[in-house]
Amino acid sequence: MALIRNLALQGSEMLLVLLLAPLLTGFVRKVKARLLRRRGPPLLQPYRDLIRLMRKDVVLAENASWLFRLIPYIIFAGTWVAAALVPTFRGGLLFSWSADLIAIIALLGSARFFLALAGLDVGTSFGGIGSSREVMIASLAEPAMLMIVFAIALIAGSTQLSTMAAFMASPAVGLRVSLGLGLIALIMVAIAENARIPIDNPATHLELTMVHEAMVLEYSGRHLALIDLSSFLKLLLYVSLIACLFAPWGTAAPDASLLELLVGVAAYVAKLAVAGLLLAVFETSIAKMRVFRVPEYLGAALMLALLATLLRFVSGSF
Amino acid sequence: MMVTYALYGVAVLLALAPVAIVLAASPRASSVVYGAALVASLSLCVIALASLFGQPAAVSATALPLGLPWLGAHFRIDALAAFFLIVVNLGGAAASLYALGYGRHEEQPQRVLPFYPAYLAAMNLVVLADDAFSFLAAWEFMSLSSWALVIAHHQDRENIRAGYVYLLMASFGTLSLLLAFGLLAGSGGKYAFEAIRQSHLSVALAAIVLMLAMIGAGSKSGVVPLHAWLPLAHPAAPSHVSALMSGVMTKVAVYGFIRIVFDLLGPPDWWWSMLVLGIGGITAVMGVLYALMQHDLKRLLAYHTVENIGIIYIGLGLALAFKAHGMPVAAALALTAGLFHVFNHSVFKSLLFFGAGSVLNATGERDMEHLGGLIHRMPQTAFVFLVGCVAISALPPLNGFVSEWLTFQAILLSPQLPSWGLKFLVPAVGALLALSAALAAACFVKAFGVSFLGRPRTPAATQAHETDSNSLAAMFFLAALCLVAGILPGVFIDALAPISHALVGASMPHQSGLAWLTIVPIAESRSSYNGLLVFLFVSLSGSIAAFAIHRLASNRLRRAPAWDCGYPDPSPATQYTASSFAQPIRRVYGTSLFRAREIGEMPPPGSTAPARLVVDMHDLIWDGLYAPIAAFVGVASERLNVLQFLTIRRYLTLVFSALVLLLLVLAIWP
Repeated sequence: MALIRNLALQGSEMLLVLLLAPLLTGFVRKVKARLLRRRGPPLLQPYRDLIRLMRKDVVLAENASWLFRLIPYIIFAGTWVAAALVPTFRGGLLFSWSADLIAIIALLGSARFFLALAGLDVGTSFGGIGSSREVMIASLAEPAMLMIVFAIALIAGSTQLSTMAAFMASPAVGLRVSLGLGLIALIMVAIAENARIPIDNPATHLELTMVHEAMVLEYSGRHLALIDLSSFLKLLLYVSLIACLFAPWGTAAPDASLLELLVGVAAYVAKLAVAGLLLAVFETSIAKMRVFRVPEYLGAALMLALLATLLRFVSGSF
Repeated sequence: MMVTYALYGVAVLLALAPVAIVLAASPRASSVVYGAALVASLSLCVIALASLFGQPAAVSATALPLGLPWLGAHFRIDALAAFFLIVVNLGGAAASLYALGYGRHEEQPQRVLPFYPAYLAAMNLVVLADDAFSFLAAWEFMSLSSWALVIAHHQDRENIRAGYVYLLMASFGTLSLLLAFGLLAGSGGKYAFEAIRQSHLSVALAAIVLMLAMIGAGSKSGVVPLHAWLPLAHPAAPSHVSALMSGVMTKVAVYGFIRIVFDLLGPPDWWWSMLVLGIGGITAVMGVLYALMQHDLKRLLAYHTVENIGIIYIGLGLALAFKAHGMPVAAALALTAGLFHVFNHSVFKSLLFFGAGSVLNATGERDMEHLGGLIHRMPQTAFVFLVGCVAISALPPLNGFVSEWLTFQAILLSPQLPSWGLKFLVPAVGALLALSAALAAACFVKAFGVSFLGRPRTPAATQAHETDSNSLAAMFFLAALCLVAGILPGVFIDALAPISHALVGASMPHQSGLAWLTIVPIAESRSSYNGLLVFLFVSLSGSIAAFAIHRLASNRLRRAPAWDCGYPDPSPATQYTASSFAQPIRRVYGTSLFRAREIGEMPPPGSTAPARLVVDMHDLIWDGLYAPIAAFVGVASERLNVLQFLTIRRYLTLVFSALVLLLLVLAIWP
């Protein structure tokens, strides 16, 4: 009985992230538009875009290979599985033990690996520029992310995300310097990983500074829909990750009652809204940086995260 | 018993060498030699598997009346040797199978065939040897036979130079090992490993032995800064031999290091691990950065071996640190991580070199700037090469990820280490490891993307053809192994338990009994990983998505010219090349490490000469270490040359004064 309940809850969480992901992106777009005193697209526009794209024909470049057609599914599957392994409205995920936080980061790394390959497949210059910049950004963002994981894992005594989240919700955490540094670094990495301003602009086309959009330029129809959905999911994943580690309030216990679960869902949606609002304000108030300023930005994140880890190594009380 | 069987197998391989000389002229020679080598390697592999899984704790030893008359030649199989025998012979079997197809294209088979089985035999003998004399003899035999294979294509001047540098570095390495064993054996000359294990060295002597082992075994395995020969020599050999040199021989060198430092040298001092960890971390990052700067496919792979050796040494260094501080369980985790990476790297590096060999065969090109679009003409090779790329980039669910994950788990245990030096060094090494993992992914996006994806850049790439079935069989076998080791790592970790038990006094918890074949290094509340489930989840959700979209939405597809923002250019030269792909990374990391500079040469107004972009890079290790030594040797020999043209009177004076000097030293010596 407990197993069926757990399975149902896990399934509902997987569906919830899938359903909420476009809404979060739509919300960020709407808030950004309002901040610029534009009316902006309706909140549900990303869903409409996805459905419209899925119904369209795929227009495939003449020399695209079998790998190019396979990659959207790989990216989507990897991102979805990773997103499903991050606790959302309730702790203690059923399959939490199958992949710890390092494995989740690596799953996202796999998705990025294939996305960068897709950029090179058709053999256009835009795809190449996107891929080569993406791997340059990843080469700094990924180690920074792993160092953040190290710092938090050393505090929580585990790399298991459910255990980490439970620890961070417990009063044993307290205020720590390393956690503060980790949080700043995590936010910086999350912005870079999701191709947001100031690293990349999710709204541009035909601009030499674009990274993510350049890689997916040759995709169309259902392939493009999947890739868009994956990037929505990735944004949601990072928000959920920051929320479950640094704002674990209201999260339902693994054996919570129905009412508590509803409270958990409400708290989760509220956290998403706050994060979306902050992201929109941040993006509106900052200019995009030149691509070769990005290493300095990410290098700072890496150093902060390394400092957090180092502090943990030196003394248990930081 | 086992060791006797293994020696028979080695004897078969040794006997194959003269057979190959006799047969070399006949057209069937390569099938006979590689076929026999395949059978012998497989049998040796079975023997090693039987001794590792059959009676893991048992030790089988024998002595033959060869070598030094008062010593004989001792051979022995324990768990460690059995594991490395598996690595050697699995690689050997795969290479032989691959060469059944690939070797047919060899233009001068008489330059490859006799040395190939001898080389396999030599690597086996290094692992089997149980006394210093046979170990060094086998080691040197291994170096020389591989040297002969490196210069097999001697018409190319590059290869001759590679062989020369390799020979120098190999002799230097053997010299260091010779001195190390001399110190280990002591003045009594107890060369048998059993006797060395009984004796104890003073702290200072043990430290010198450690350094000598690091130089000797390290130079063979390619740690920075002793790696300079490796990217020259490995690509120069025929591809199946490159695979053996990169995938297997570097592991034999790691075996030598483990044998000396963990087994023969006695209890470690804590600062040893600092040395090994520091070198490992630097090797990992430098190796992958060097690899990223290459556009020769085989040289890129060779440089990337340097990175993986660094990862292995990080695992070994952590194991030493934990062992020195009396934390055997953590030491077992770190050692298992290192050894598992030894196995994994031998599998995917062989696979990748085979793939590069197939590309070389199909196009005649090693330069990635002349390749492109091979996925259309060589779909199967492209698939297995992709599997190798994903595995070596440490991405789940394949095997490379598991061993790096275990190394990370070992790093996360290290705050408990009491020494301050390690408290600062280990997080830094962790960051270097994370950096090298991310850069490795970039490196293999480049390797696969530029060679196999995109549009063909030359007619040779346009006319490529799929490789033969034997080569494909070998590659598919290794690719399957990458997947199996990735989703069922528990089996492999359990197989390594007797080794860590013997070397650090504890082993990781038993894994294969756990639910769903999860691996749990320490405790489930700490960390666990299940490659099988991750693989299942990813393939299931991918299939569900594909099925749902094709059923419910649309499955129509049209072909059209590439979009490219509306300005597609038909010339393949407009694609990103290997060097342009690496340009952002070169700019970020290479400006200081390689002093990379881009110089745009603009012609003066009115001139019709094309503008040029020149990239200026320096290998600072070569310029700063090797070039001065070479210059010094040159100057010194010039000076000493005078001694060749002396009169007999002066020679006698020299001899006499040398004698007096030596006698004086003896007289003053306490």
